[in-house]
Amino acid sequence: MNLGITAYSELNEKGLYKNGILLLANEGQEPFVPFAKEVYRFLNPVYSKFHKMDELCKLAFLATEALLSEDKISSNAEGADVALILGNRSSSIASDLQHLESYRDSSNYFPSPAVFVYTLPNIMLGEICIRHQVTGENSCFLMQAPDGRFLYRYVQHLFEQEAYQQCITGWVDYKAGNYKACLFLVEKAAVNKPVLRKFDYDFI
Amino acid sequence: MNIYSVADNIISPLGSSTEENFVAMLRGQRGVQKIEAGHLFPEALYAAYAGDLLQEPLEEEEAERANWKAYTRLEKGFIRSIAAVLRTVPGINKQRLVLVISSTKGNIDLIGREGTGAVGAERIELPAMAQAINSFFKLPHAPVVVSNACISGVSAVLVARKLISMGLCDHALVAGGDLLDKFILSGFQCLKAISEEPCRPYDADRKGINLGEAVGTMLISNDPALNTNKDAFSLIAGGGQSNDANHISGPSRTGKGLKIAVGNALKSAGLAGKELGYINAHGTATLFNDEMEAIAFSDLDLQELPLNSLKGYFGHTLGAAGVVESIITIRQLNRGLLLQSPGYASSGVSRSLNVLQENQQAHRLQYALKTVSGFGGCNAAVIYGKA
Amino acid sequence: MSELTEKLKQDIIEHLNLEDLQPQDISDNEPLFGGAVGLDSIDALELIVLLEKNYGIRIDNPEEGRRVFQSVGSMASYIEQNRK
Repeated sequence: MNLGITAYSELNEKGLYKNGILLLANEGQEPFVPFAKEVYRFLNPVYSKFHKMDELCKLAFLATEALLSEDKISSNAEGADVALILGNRSSSIASDLQHLESYRDSSNYFPSPAVFVYTLPNIMLGEICIRHQVTGENSCFLMQAPDGRFLYRYVQHLFEQEAYQQCITGWVDYKAGNYKACLFLVEKAAVNKPVLRKFDYDFI
Repeated sequence: MNIYSVADNIISPLGSSTEENFVAMLRGQRGVQKIEAGHLFPEALYAAYAGDLLQEPLEEEEAERANWKAYTRLEKGFIRSIAAVLRTVPGINKQRLVLVISSTKGNIDLIGREGTGAVGAERIELPAMAQAINSFFKLPHAPVVVSNACISGVSAVLVARKLISMGLCDHALVAGGDLLDKFILSGFQCLKAISEEPCRPYDADRKGINLGEAVGTMLISNDPALNTNKDAFSLIAGGGQSNDANHISGPSRTGKGLKIAVGNALKSAGLAGKELGYINAHGTATLFNDEMEAIAFSDLDLQELPLNSLKGYFGHTLGAAGVVESIITIRQLNRGLLLQSPGYASSGVSRSLNVLQENQQAHRLQYALKTVSGFGGCNAAVIYGKA
Repeated sequence: MSELTEKLKQDIIEHLNLEDLQPQDISDNEPLFGGAVGLDSIDALELIVLLEKNYGIRIDNPEEGRRVFQSVGSMASYIEQNRK
């Protein structure tokens, strides 16, 4: 099956990019949290739940907002026809460490429900699904480094064998202030949207 | 292409082989026990703790090859479980074998600690843990790691099935495991999700979950000849996965996502709901999970099927749950014996379900449905068929 | 009492990361759940932590929490009654 990338986005320490074009530079070289707030204001999704998310989810959320800023998922596919397949290395380590601090000292023992619910890497997929009403398969694969070969074949299989219409795939990782999200919207080629990049082993 | 589960192993508080676990369950034994205050946690609680079963040294010959100290408690559990499965297939071609690991928190007992001797601090990361296990068995391909909260185990089975059908490999070892650790206990406690007594899935008096720890391994393959124990032999007929797109920590009130997952599983298996004979449900014994499942099964017109939750035996074993519970589903299918759903006396869900109140013969069973739902709003369903 | 309700509003906004709200946006008797403030089930659990951490009051039963957390006003009266 001939699949193509119809949009892609990246959020890293340098800035926010859509389809290879810089949308917002991190000019002040700010740390993630203030920069994420700047990106949020820039994209202006009006989504108050954003402020409750941990760093990993904010990263995934903002990269997805940029990815889908023009083409809302629902425009040509039902939520159940959209899959979400992400790679990640460090799991939810930032929230894990925050949860650890809340319970390790028995004289100051206050585990926080709002922190604990973010101590899983697939929560970022859940947040994207809620925001964009994606109800298809969502899988989080942990890997040392982005494995384009694996993700490409897996996504290809979803289109061929399970009749998905769209798939958001890519890499989202956050650890100790270092971060990178790069996401790709994959669709069947030759629909009404131009293919911006080839979807192949080297897509990521 | 038909894809099968051909061999399996469970290490849990109930034993370190599938047979030991199944026999204990048939006798009504529970892995969930009262754990006194101060042992694992400041307060007393009910949980399924596997203790040294996870880390006993391997049988002699293998132990010689390995520096046992170089592995964490959970890794030892994985290695023991995988080794038990590989012993049944001595001639398997490792060039065509991939390891698929399912875990939510992996070596979470390492968090906040410097590396301890032979185990480096980096092993807190799931890919590093998986690589350590993979290297023990000298498997040539990189492991695949799935971390989809409580559905991880069933996800991993479905991933394995896809890898084989894509032609990436012929066999996949699906191993799921998670620890009972203060990290997890303190978290579920602050969510007010832990029951202060043995859990009671679907019951009117259910008050939450018991946590547990276990490791389970299934060998999934396109070669039925690898099977040497017919009790462990099953066709993976179909599967599906979905998201509720509703809330990150609470299940959908309508069962929407679970219905999509079961619908996809039936579709991919080419089966109608009425061809199923039994449901091994998620049944965590939280108010909302069990209610959501009851609505979904009822809307799918599956409410008459005998159904159980195995959480009363194993506790909620997180990343291991989907694997361990799949293995017991396959055992029940092949033995024609369905297990009592522990803790159930009277219905506490709004739709009627056929929850098993005692062990029951079921010789004509052909297909069984296993479902799971988890944080992040994810759901998965897999259908096992008698092979 | 009004000092306590003002403090509670600030606590809630800060503790629950309600960045889009100001204390004056929340009236004393406005429902915290289901209305314009729009708290959810995790927020309810987080309020239990807040009460214990800041006021030393422990709520073990989530049902009781639902009653206490109806509004800022109901929280304030509960704190007044139970503070040691």
